Amino acid sequence: MGVSETYARGRRLAGEQPFAIVVGLVAVWLVWFLVEGLVTGRIRVSNVLSYAWDGLLRGLIVGLAGIGLSMTYSILNFANFSHGDYITSGAFSGWAVTYLLAGLGEANIGSLLLVGAGGSVFGGALGIGITTSPLAVVVGMLIAGAASIGLALFIDRFVYKPIRDESGIALLITSVGVAFALRYIIVFVFGTDVRGTTSAGEVPRVSFYLIDGSFRINAHDITLLVVAVGLMLGVHLLLQTTKLGKAMRAMSDNEDLARITGIPTEQVIRATWIVGGGLTGIAGYMFVLWKGTLGFNDGWLLLLLVFAAVILGGIGSIYGAIAGGIVIGLTASMSVIWIPSEFGRAAAFFVMIVILLFKPQGIFSGRTTA
Amino acid sequence: MTETTLYDRFERVIDTDPKLVVAVLAVIYLAYIASGVAFGYSLRGQLNSLANLTFYIGVFGMLALALNLHWGYTGLFNIGIVGFMGIGVYVTAILAKPPVAQGGAAQVGGFGLPLGIAVIGGVFMAAFFGLLVGLPALRLRADYLAIVTIAFSEIVRFTMMSRTFQEFTVPDTVLGYDLAADTVGLGGGGGLILNYASPLEALLHALYLWEPYLGFVSFVQANLIANNPRPVVDGVVYGLLLLAVCGLYYWLLTWTGESPFGRVLKAIREDEDVANALGKDTNRFKLKSFVLGCALMGFGGILWYAGRGSITPPSFRPNITFFVWIALIIGGAGSNTGSFLGGAVFAALLYEGPRYIKNLIEVAFNLGDGPGNFGQAMAALGSLDPVPFVLYTLNSISELRLVIMGVVLIWLMHNRPEGMLGHRKETAASIDLSRPGGAKSDAAAADGGDQQ
Amino acid sequence: MSEADESAGEPSIPIEDTDEMSTVPLEVENLRKTFGGITAVDDVSFEVEKGSLTGLIGPNGAGKSTTFNLITGMHDPDSGTVRFNGEEITGLAPHEIANRGLARTFQIARELEEMTVLENMMLAPKGQIGETLWRSVTPGVRSDVQRQETQHLERVWEVLDFFEIDHLAEEYAGNLSGGQRKLLEMARALLTDPDMLLLDEPFAGVNPSLEKRLLEHVHELREQGYTFLIVEHDMDLIMENCERVIVMHQGRVLKDGTPAEVKQSEEVIEAYLGGEV
Repeated sequence: MGVSETYARGRRLAGEQPFAIVVGLVAVWLVWFLVEGLVTGRIRVSNVLSYAWDGLLRGLIVGLAGIGLSMTYSILNFANFSHGDYITSGAFSGWAVTYLLAGLGEANIGSLLLVGAGGSVFGGALGIGITTSPLAVVVGMLIAGAASIGLALFIDRFVYKPIRDESGIALLITSVGVAFALRYIIVFVFGTDVRGTTSAGEVPRVSFYLIDGSFRINAHDITLLVVAVGLMLGVHLLLQTTKLGKAMRAMSDNEDLARITGIPTEQVIRATWIVGGGLTGIAGYMFVLWKGTLGFNDGWLLLLLVFAAVILGGIGSIYGAIAGGIVIGLTASMSVIWIPSEFGRAAAFFVMIVILLFKPQGIFSGRTTA
Repeated sequence: MTETTLYDRFERVIDTDPKLVVAVLAVIYLAYIASGVAFGYSLRGQLNSLANLTFYIGVFGMLALALNLHWGYTGLFNIGIVGFMGIGVYVTAILAKPPVAQGGAAQVGGFGLPLGIAVIGGVFMAAFFGLLVGLPALRLRADYLAIVTIAFSEIVRFTMMSRTFQEFTVPDTVLGYDLAADTVGLGGGGGLILNYASPLEALLHALYLWEPYLGFVSFVQANLIANNPRPVVDGVVYGLLLLAVCGLYYWLLTWTGESPFGRVLKAIREDEDVANALGKDTNRFKLKSFVLGCALMGFGGILWYAGRGSITPPSFRPNITFFVWIALIIGGAGSNTGSFLGGAVFAALLYEGPRYIKNLIEVAFNLGDGPGNFGQAMAALGSLDPVPFVLYTLNSISELRLVIMGVVLIWLMHNRPEGMLGHRKETAASIDLSRPGGAKSDAAAADGGDQQ
Repeated sequence: MSEADESAGEPSIPIEDTDEMSTVPLEVENLRKTFGGITAVDDVSFEVEKGSLTGLIGPNGAGKSTTFNLITGMHDPDSGTVRFNGEEITGLAPHEIANRGLARTFQIARELEEMTVLENMMLAPKGQIGETLWRSVTPGVRSDVQRQETQHLERVWEVLDFFEIDHLAEEYAGNLSGGQRKLLEMARALLTDPDMLLLDEPFAGVNPSLEKRLLEHVHELREQGYTFLIVEHDMDLIMENCERVIVMHQGRVLKDGTPAEVKQSEEVIEAYLGGEV
């Protein structure tokens, strides 16, 4: 009797404390492994920095895409599994325009608009890059944002709005349908091949020598950093200073209350798709610029990382999504120090699962959805 | 009294569900046969396509039934189905593969166990991983459980692909046992070659039916298909075997559902707190339901893939999981009959249908090669020549069918979220619940409806 | 509801007598619970005597429902103890508490909507062998399950008759009216063979004639030996029907006594009735 009571009490208390202890122990081991590796020269300082840089940039993309997912997750109350394919759609629309602008006159328009489907044109041959064709890149990026906004609004109008009052699960299942339809329409139009998009050799880069090796930064890294940080600041200002931002925050806290207090919810929902969709499309475009390849699965493969970031940061929190994105990016890239490289993404998922199990409200924000 | 109730129940069941199942299957098969005849398929072609159709009806029916236990009965949102399938097949393969590496230096060996034992091992491991995931994750709310399970299934796939687990050398003896295996592993990105006897052959041997079976094949050769009939007959028989397994799943899950156990699962789906307040240890029930479903998914995975020549990690992408979900939603979550029918309709119309139509059209009209990409197709369409566009569409049919699936799923969620069969009353009890000894007052029962 | 049913004789559901049952089945001592800095239940102690009908009243936010949830294991108390039939049950899981014979109903009747009334009822009995999966699916053993189900079914119909909702047996619980749901919920709780029933606002949203019926059932069951603790909003109802009343206010027990004592209490009049009386 006494045992079962003690057990029951212990089990209830077992929420936070042991979790903190285990996390602490793991962290200690990770740090020890790294320090010991650095001291003995088994791990190179320059490599660690390269991983961290890579992880930071990856994290910015994940965070940028995560802002939209986090907003719709909390305001519309469902996990949008088609978000990854909004990323892909944005990337393809933007890159179609970039190809067109960079390659006009050099190749036929159809091939350019199809982003070189079937190997008809190569991005490298068109000399695409932020320094070699800045206008094409900037316009492409803006189009990527605009196209994703259009797509998000269109889908919301015809798919999500009619079932706005259904449960989050019904909407989630519907979003899987949207994801399938979008992804394979993209395949139908653009094909399945993964194409190189930038002229990798022509991207200016600087190389530092750092203690035990070199550390490289290229112009696309910097472009991504500037665009991502700029947009994040923009969102911050939007939410803090405008009436719209206030309404959005109110709605993500409690939609019913917001409705009662007279916040025009449909308008806020539209604004959410516009802001979230735009950022998502640009994130997709920048992702492709940064990594230099484009394929129909890019967004879908990124989606679970974006979910990881959003959950880590606490659903509904925009700053959480950004911070979560960076943590997830760093996890995916830097985990190769400790585990085989093919488990980078697995490590990020693992972190997400652990957070969901032990701290589902996220680690950066106490706020949860209702 | 029990005698009559049992008989009544039997009669009632025969009256509705099996008739429905037979009717739907009949329509599907007749449509396939009729169009095959219309387009001039040979007998061999007909049988092959029917075997293929039966195979997918079987596997999707099975998996939809297993998912129905999770989602329809218990309300557990599992989108990691393919992970459990993969575990089942991979473990089966490793246990059954012959110890000596064959098929090139890159191939790893296995433990060389009889296939039957290997299959049990595979199912057991799928169940074990179900336990491992379920133990911490089942207390999460539905959308979080969804994300955990899909992340799990992706981790499974990464593990299959990884170089780290590609190959291990097995020590000669473990705890005094001399193991046959030299190297084992998951085979990395190249996957595993399944170089053991085909499951059908193993099963027929075990049942002492192998000789009669070969006799039957000779009979077919003499009378129906003169040239190499084995693959055709194998396909048809394996398909029928899958349907029989579907029957077993159906029976097992119906008994599971129509029992006090199933009643608690249903109560958990409706409101877990209430089930708790009535003294049910809901966590245990959820875990049992999850583990059983995972085992059935593992077995489904084995039956799907273990008979192939090889398995590779890309087969275990989350798409398969969503196929099963679409099948379940077509049929209607909560009903076993609906689940199986959903699997059958999904397999026939959405999964195989478009490819079948494409094959038919190709056989019927010799259209030649289509354009290589969308641009050429559109360009031709622009100059008022629709043929290249049609050809391009036909050639892209395996991608387009996923678009169709997506649209169908959206349509269903908008218009018929309860599925094809609609709302069904499948009482969760092992016995007929009407008043023992007959109705007390029919008049009273009649006014029940308008009390709302 | 038809006259014929009434004249068919009142079925009764006698409680099984157990010797070790104490005279004070429920003892609550120094219970405390805070939610994010707000103290919902603050040092609450009271006892409920065997076979009594005790009312727990108080204004909104007085901590009644939280106290209920602490007793039944839905929440864990920060401190304090709950004893039931002499055993400590503090912090046990809800199902463990329910299995010890302390059944509850919910404030907003929580029916298992997509299950029929019969399924709802059949869920309740304790010790169902068919709740073990392998028994339900093993040929041969399943007939034992069916035999037990047949026994339970008889009792289910008895209780349905007792509460006069037998005509709704085949209906989905989600289609019942608010009052019918309350009846069903009480009937279901009764089928768990409890020693004591905690009813959370059993009369809220129930029309007067149904309310009367519910009350009759409660009194009848109490005469058969069941113990009741009832949370209620309606002052008069509690005063007329309970022999003891516990008044809560701002998380504390303000007064604990007979209806007459409570009515005369200055504190209660001041804090709760606010001068209405």
